[in-house]
Amino acid sequence: MTAEFDPRSARAQVAIAGAKGVTAEVLSTQPRKDVIRNTIFASLLFLAIAIALAGLCVLVGKNLVDGWSRLNLDLITQNNSSNPAEAGLRNAIIGTLWIMLFVIGMLVPLGVGAAVFLEEYGNRNSRLIRLIEVNIQNLAGVPSIIYGLLGLAFIARAPLNLGYVVLTAAMTLTLLVLPVVILASREAIRAVPASIREGSLALGATKWQTIRRQVLPASIPGIATGVILAISRAIGETAPLIPLGAATFVTFTPGPFTDFTAMPVTIFNWVKQPQPEFQALAAAGVLLLIALLVVMNSFAIWLRNRYEQTW
Amino acid sequence: MEATGIAATSPAALPRRLQAQSPRYGEKVIYGLLAACAVLSVVTTTAIVISLIVPSIQFFGDVSITDFLFGTDWGPSFEPASFGVLPIVVGTLSVTFWALIFAIPIGLGAAVYLSEYASPRVRKLIKPVLEILAGVPTIAFGYFALIFITPQIQKIWPGHFLGGPPLIFSVLAGGLAIGLMIVPIIASISEDAMSAVPRGLREGAYALGATKAKVATRVVFPAALSGIVASVILAISRAIGETMVVLIAVGNTPQLTFSPVKSVQAMTAFIGTTATGDIPTGSTIYKTIFAVALLLFLMTLAMNLLSVRLVRRYRQVYE
Repeated sequence: MTAEFDPRSARAQVAIAGAKGVTAEVLSTQPRKDVIRNTIFASLLFLAIAIALAGLCVLVGKNLVDGWSRLNLDLITQNNSSNPAEAGLRNAIIGTLWIMLFVIGMLVPLGVGAAVFLEEYGNRNSRLIRLIEVNIQNLAGVPSIIYGLLGLAFIARAPLNLGYVVLTAAMTLTLLVLPVVILASREAIRAVPASIREGSLALGATKWQTIRRQVLPASIPGIATGVILAISRAIGETAPLIPLGAATFVTFTPGPFTDFTAMPVTIFNWVKQPQPEFQALAAAGVLLLIALLVVMNSFAIWLRNRYEQTW
Repeated sequence: MEATGIAATSPAALPRRLQAQSPRYGEKVIYGLLAACAVLSVVTTTAIVISLIVPSIQFFGDVSITDFLFGTDWGPSFEPASFGVLPIVVGTLSVTFWALIFAIPIGLGAAVYLSEYASPRVRKLIKPVLEILAGVPTIAFGYFALIFITPQIQKIWPGHFLGGPPLIFSVLAGGLAIGLMIVPIIASISEDAMSAVPRGLREGAYALGATKAKVATRVVFPAALSGIVASVILAISRAIGETMVVLIAVGNTPQLTFSPVKSVQAMTAFIGTTATGDIPTGSTIYKTIFAVALLLFLMTLAMNLLSVRLVRRYRQVYE
């Protein structure tokens, strides 16, 4: 007859301690070579991540040192000027704000609309849906300068013929970052459980009422994260604006229907100037841009983690 | 009684009762609008392809395809003009090569560390920092290459080694900056692939007496290989298409050289310097830009299709 096993009994404690000791002894007799190899491997891995983080720190630190003298309110209250002592980012910031206003206006309905269609209306097995899916994945990988050429050939010139204005830049950037919003929104919509939809439909709501009142509100945090990441990408992009006439030195304040300028474009122009004063200015501008994008991205990441819902 | 009542309903009446009472025109309009949003992506791709192909066809009416693809002299705006694209393709590829030399060991090392070694607390701290690195604008990397990496290379480069001494613009400076830029792509996608490897595989290896390094290199790494390769391909595609860094730090000297410390012209740099908005539609140089862009588009498209296929494969295995 065996007694019931009680892990708190004295005999069990002795047995457990013995087993622990044997295990520890076996593990400690691991060959010395293995121990050394393991340590070297782990430190190499740590070195890799340290180099990546150090690169980021040096990048920020170098700009901080170079641009320190220009990091003041003048940087955002002065218009751009050919005189480096007076130049600032004010008109570029206003230009970026105008572009972003138009981008948000187009990006949110188009991106969320496409995501809703693919998740709620699309038949997973239909050719069209599969084509659209592969297509969006590929669009995400098209180099940004090619979007600039698309904007030049299709939007600025015939067939749309809008010229080199804020709307042209905004449409080009919207097409560029649309895949980011579609992919993020699809994930957010997919995470809403089917029972929510079925409950709503069972109560007599139509499909669109279900989407508008149940599915979309539940997926707002995920969609917002995607939108913020997309906008921060659009703010930082320079290359697609170059073929749209952004290489010129703009010193006036842009309005909604004028020629455009944007923060990275102005900074790029400063980088190209030979005078050292412009280099300090460029460093301060880069720092401001990084700070803006880091704040936006951190907010997006925080939003995603904070409102990540488990049903 | 009730059962017979249901049975008594004629079969023809049943489908009518399941349909909505009103025609729901609003729902149909919404369906159409949403479908239009989704189809916009196909329209975008079509527009890109058309805008690239039409001027390219005109271009190849003037310049033969073999002269373009295999010519070693690039000077489309010189007199007489030459249209051999090889120097700028090699320029793009050598910048990409140095970027990968930096980014693959660093990115994969970081991925293995985060997936296999880091404690949950450390991972929670480092992952967002990597995501921040992914959010730094490309112009910042270009400027960093010019004002920091280039002077360092000039300081430590051993004299005439590999075509030195280094100039203000060099392949290596641009390559290293792009390398730093694509580390987060490789690290985060590879880490996802490694985390998707089932615990059972690791525990099985431990039970057989494998050390942690062996589990990481011989079990987890091979099991996640397709995801890792996909991340590298995606990074290559990003490096090939990067414009601002090469424009700022690699220069605009189209020459066929493999030296890492000479200035070359990358394909994107050619497009970026030549396509400036005031370029007349239909001119030879306009058509040249689109022919180069078409080649660039095809290169990145091939990479992306390959990467999508590989990612799908590793998802199918473990999810």
